[in-house]
Amino acid sequence: MSVSRRKLITTGLAATAGALGLGVAARLAQKYGLVPPDHGGFYGVGETLNYASQRLLTRHSLAREFSRSQISKPPFPNEIPPLNEEFKRLQAGKFADWRLTINGMVAHPASFSLDQLKSYPSQSQITMVQCEEGWSYIAEWIGVPLAHILQAVEVHPQARYVVYFSIDPEWWDSIDMADALHPQTFLTYGMNGDELPVGNGGPLRLRVPRQLGYKSVKFITHLTVTDNLKTFGKGLGSASPEGGYAWYAGI
Amino acid sequence: MGDSAYLPSAASAVPVAVPTATVPSRHSVLVRVTHWITTLCFFALLVSGAEIVVSHPRFYWGETGNDLTAPLFKLPIPASRNFVPSGYGYVLPDQNGWSRYLHFQTAWVLVFTGLLYLVSVWLNGHVRRDLLPNKADLSWRVFSKDVVSHLRFKRPTEADAWSYNLLQRLSYLFVIFVLFPFVVWTGLAMSPAFVSAVPAAVNVLGGQQSARTLHFFVSVALVLFLIVHVGMVWLAGFRSRMRAMITGKMITGKMLTGKIIAGRAATPRADTTEEGT
Repeated sequence: MSVSRRKLITTGLAATAGALGLGVAARLAQKYGLVPPDHGGFYGVGETLNYASQRLLTRHSLAREFSRSQISKPPFPNEIPPLNEEFKRLQAGKFADWRLTINGMVAHPASFSLDQLKSYPSQSQITMVQCEEGWSYIAEWIGVPLAHILQAVEVHPQARYVVYFSIDPEWWDSIDMADALHPQTFLTYGMNGDELPVGNGGPLRLRVPRQLGYKSVKFITHLTVTDNLKTFGKGLGSASPEGGYAWYAGI
Repeated sequence: MGDSAYLPSAASAVPVAVPTATVPSRHSVLVRVTHWITTLCFFALLVSGAEIVVSHPRFYWGETGNDLTAPLFKLPIPASRNFVPSGYGYVLPDQNGWSRYLHFQTAWVLVFTGLLYLVSVWLNGHVRRDLLPNKADLSWRVFSKDVVSHLRFKRPTEADAWSYNLLQRLSYLFVIFVLFPFVVWTGLAMSPAFVSAVPAAVNVLGGQQSARTLHFFVSVALVLFLIVHVGMVWLAGFRSRMRAMITGKMITGKMLTGKIIAGRAATPRADTTEEGT
């Protein structure tokens, strides 16, 4: 009898400590921005653990870079949705009229042509695109770090996310500031020493090499800096959770 | 030798009327709870893993692989994405979204359960007492005898119900300390964020696609273990072994005839040495 009472007490204490611990963990996670926008629902706990643990582990880590000899030949253009009329019109004009607009929590909302983006010192990285399906390829990506552009438009200090939009209205996504200011997050306009092919997201693709391929949205036309993702779409952070895929795709 | 396995073994049976309440638990609460959580997790991971695989049922070695590169091998099934050259004229329904959510959430449950199990069994002596083979059993003679009796589908003796035999111990150790950690490792090695922090996790495996292929192989090995494991439980007596893993109580043939099996303490690992005498 005394054994079972002791067991009852220790079990009760452990349960209380566990519940308190979870409560404290949830508060800390909120405070340090470790809760993803798609944290609701049955899979919310797993998603939060994925995002929180990897964000703590990878705040400053660099995606693996490869040697030139490891670049995939031939380059792999995966299937893309049908291009809309607006894209075809801009393509006919060799993308001279392509614009990247930036607004939201910035001091200087701006609009950049591709040539203006190319006037910033260009950088390159040889990194892997990894699709959630399982395939992958390595390419050299040439562009300007997103951090440089965000610096140019002067992002407000309370900004928490950068939302980015494709010319395809159904395709938009967002990343936190750790990824947005990460030195390998590029606005990419070139690949393997050439223009970025349309099949790989040309003329402008946001590369987020520490996350799966679907976070590297193709045909980028617009960025918004914000501290609240609730006002975009269904409030889940990107089109991916609306289609059943996780917002955070580092795993 | 074959028949004697069905006969009562003198060394392992004590024909006294011990009250059932004092019969030691065959499996501790911790082992039983973690066993069934792991079972649930395993099936969730298997189903969701299979769903993820069908979106690209081709496997590669090295860093990269895609529709334009030669696969190491491909599964003879259609894909759930229409552009994968599967050789089939139709496309399976695409279930990748919830499969990925479920796969990772379950992986967390499995890892926490596994850590709880590992720390506990290490501290409480379960590993040393029940899983590590006895020094005396670590011989080719015992090993080959065990293999032969398994191959003959010999029913385990009463003593076997209270202790694991050599092959059993070795396979449990292999699954717990090799296959499960490796399946977690190869899974993490596919995560682009994780390997940005710990690049060695994928580099020593030979690349991201190698990690994916190894993850698949380890999963197949775990499924094979599951099949053999359930087969052996069936052979040993499905009802009694299931009851033992659910309630902790072991009911054996002798209990039904009014006799009772002595606990582990009174059974000095008669499992492999006494068998067939």
